Amino acid sequence: MANTAEFRTCPDTGLQFHRPAETLMKLNAVAGVVFLLLGGVLALLLGLTRWPKYHLLGAEPFYMFLTAHGINVLIFWIIFFEIAVLYFTSSTLLKCRLATPRWAWLGFILMVIGSVVTNVAVFQGNSSVMMTSYVPMSAEPAFYLGLILFAVGALIGCFVFLGTLVIARAERTYGDGSIPLVTFGALTACIIAIFTIASGAIILIPTFLWKLGLVSHIDPLMYRIIWWAFGHSSQQINVAAHIAVWYAIAAVVFGAKPLSEKVSRMAFLLYILFLQLASAHHILVDPGVSSEWKIFNTSYAMYLAVMASMIHGLTVPGAIEAAQRKRGFNKGLFEWLRKAPWSNPSFSGMFLSLLIFGFLGGISGVVMGTEQINIIIHNTLYVPGHFHATVVGGTTLAFMALTYWLVPVLFRRDIVLPKLASWQPYLFGIGMTGFSLFMMGAGTLGIPRRHWDISFSGALLNHQFPETAYLLLGLVGISTILAVLGGGLFVLQIVASILFGKRRGEVKSAVPIIAAPVADGLKGIGIGGVAVPGTLVLALVFLISFVLYYFVNWKYLSQVWGLS
Amino acid sequence: MSLTPPSERLWWKEPIERVELLWVGLALLWALIMFVMMPYWHIYGKQNLSNEAYRTTPEQFSKKVDAMVEKYTVRKETARGYPVVAPPAGSDVYLLGRLWEWYPILELEKGKKYRLHLSSMDWQHGFSLQPENINVQVIPGYEMVITVTPNKTGEFAIVCNEYCGINHHQMLGRIYVK
Repeated sequence: MANTAEFRTCPDTGLQFHRPAETLMKLNAVAGVVFLLLGGVLALLLGLTRWPKYHLLGAEPFYMFLTAHGINVLIFWIIFFEIAVLYFTSSTLLKCRLATPRWAWLGFILMVIGSVVTNVAVFQGNSSVMMTSYVPMSAEPAFYLGLILFAVGALIGCFVFLGTLVIARAERTYGDGSIPLVTFGALTACIIAIFTIASGAIILIPTFLWKLGLVSHIDPLMYRIIWWAFGHSSQQINVAAHIAVWYAIAAVVFGAKPLSEKVSRMAFLLYILFLQLASAHHILVDPGVSSEWKIFNTSYAMYLAVMASMIHGLTVPGAIEAAQRKRGFNKGLFEWLRKAPWSNPSFSGMFLSLLIFGFLGGISGVVMGTEQINIIIHNTLYVPGHFHATVVGGTTLAFMALTYWLVPVLFRRDIVLPKLASWQPYLFGIGMTGFSLFMMGAGTLGIPRRHWDISFSGALLNHQFPETAYLLLGLVGISTILAVLGGGLFVLQIVASILFGKRRGEVKSAVPIIAAPVADGLKGIGIGGVAVPGTLVLALVFLISFVLYYFVNWKYLSQVWGLS
Repeated sequence: MSLTPPSERLWWKEPIERVELLWVGLALLWALIMFVMMPYWHIYGKQNLSNEAYRTTPEQFSKKVDAMVEKYTVRKETARGYPVVAPPAGSDVYLLGRLWEWYPILELEKGKKYRLHLSSMDWQHGFSLQPENINVQVIPGYEMVITVTPNKTGEFAIVCNEYCGINHHQMLGRIYVK
């Protein structure tokens, strides 16, 4: 190591923090939480507007806040946090100095400037174009400029991560072997991020120039195809990142080892190879794109990326089950799960994230991404129902779970009000589960997304949605309140812990915050030669739900007007 | 563990756990079934969007709409006097989306086929037929042709489900099926 004075060893975990990297991790994570707070406040106002009984906001602020909500949480919160994750998984896990900290600072500053510029543009009122900003509708130039600056900053962060990997390899800071699985997952996220940001640049820079009058025409269909190579792939960064976080939490809470490195790494590799075509999901009912193209691209070449997610869905709980069984919880099918630390928010948050992402987000995503089934789902409220399950119930909850563990390690402070913290993931998780389910239900009844008033006040013609839809929207409103309370509690606790939490000092604490690794091998655990029978049962329940729900939707489709 | 390099350096030579192998096999099988379902439905299913689409302009497309309205209008409805158009079965039917209406009102017959042409005059719109819940993206500059066969009678609404500005929530259309 170049200069040991630049490193700090965490007395509780033994992790070595490069001080410049540590500062950047803290800053990026804190910036992320600020945008999460902003997005959460907007979420409450939006939820209370789509609740027909209250219909809180007027049309203009509704569309403005909806634009701001999407950008602040889906882009700013998550990517700031992911940059922190990239620095942690490279510099800290590989015990290596961060490559070019000054560039990392530049990236951070660009991201801050970009996010502020775009927010100012949106709140000035002439850029209520939704996150997707479909041309020929247009926003103020500053709207695109802010996003471009943010993306350049994030791209710099990605290259700092890659540079750190190169240094770590050259200086052999982590031995001669392969990088840890969690770092491998983060590398997957980083590679997808570079593709994503390139797509964003290819479409947002010409759109910015178009808005300035330097480009005469942007084709709206081309815009959709390229914009979604950015918009959808950015969600695949989240998937790769939060699955890396699942593995990390399984390791710190249980000392879990992957069942086999080969399978888990292959599943990450499949993401890189087969996720990049994802823009197809968003243009399944568009003109001018052929069915062959849609089928091949929506299924990521035969659903190999779905297969990858299904593999992680088995290997993460499988690793936890194996670790628990080796620790003595080897009775029956589910003793390992019953005796898991359900009051530890890192574990409960991670496990709820796994369930919500898999059962709600995953299944609904594949179903609505089927070429023909998309006809009965496209642009209905089903769509935000789906992606709130993946990106809020999945990614955000996983990042919250990790944060509970990171605050003591990174900031050397205890979490304040630990009792309340143990409730927080449940409140947030249940809120988001309800939110997603009820939204999807309303979507199947035809309720449109991004729509201020489903009673169509002031319209010349009329349409009456079924009463059930109104009931479901009320339940969406109640779930919003629960989820926002859960999210608010998280922000409050993290901020309070960082500012006022009891200092842990530089000596090892009596309460361990990282589990000792379990022994290698799977001998002597499980039932009848199956090492992880409980996980297998859970996985089969998942598969059966998936198959049933998939074919139910074909049945629904078969009942509508003939289309050819 | 997953935070440290693999304990076995040659991890790719380790055998795969049996449960994992079984699950990878099941997942792959299911992935293939889902993949095959889409071409299968193109052959045997009755709900597939066509690949027929043309480049157009708002002027060209609205001319076709006007010609159809002139020829087949059967009555007028609403305070604005929207024409209700009843084109013959099997014919080309034109529907345009613009800020903030679907034009004109159509009257179709159950069980008959119509070649429905969709395009937008300005921004992107979303054709959302309710309560059927059939949803199609409508993009300016592109004319999409879908052969529709209504299988129920009644009054259907066309909601716009692609955000198109401040009066997006007032954008409605209507289709009668006799």
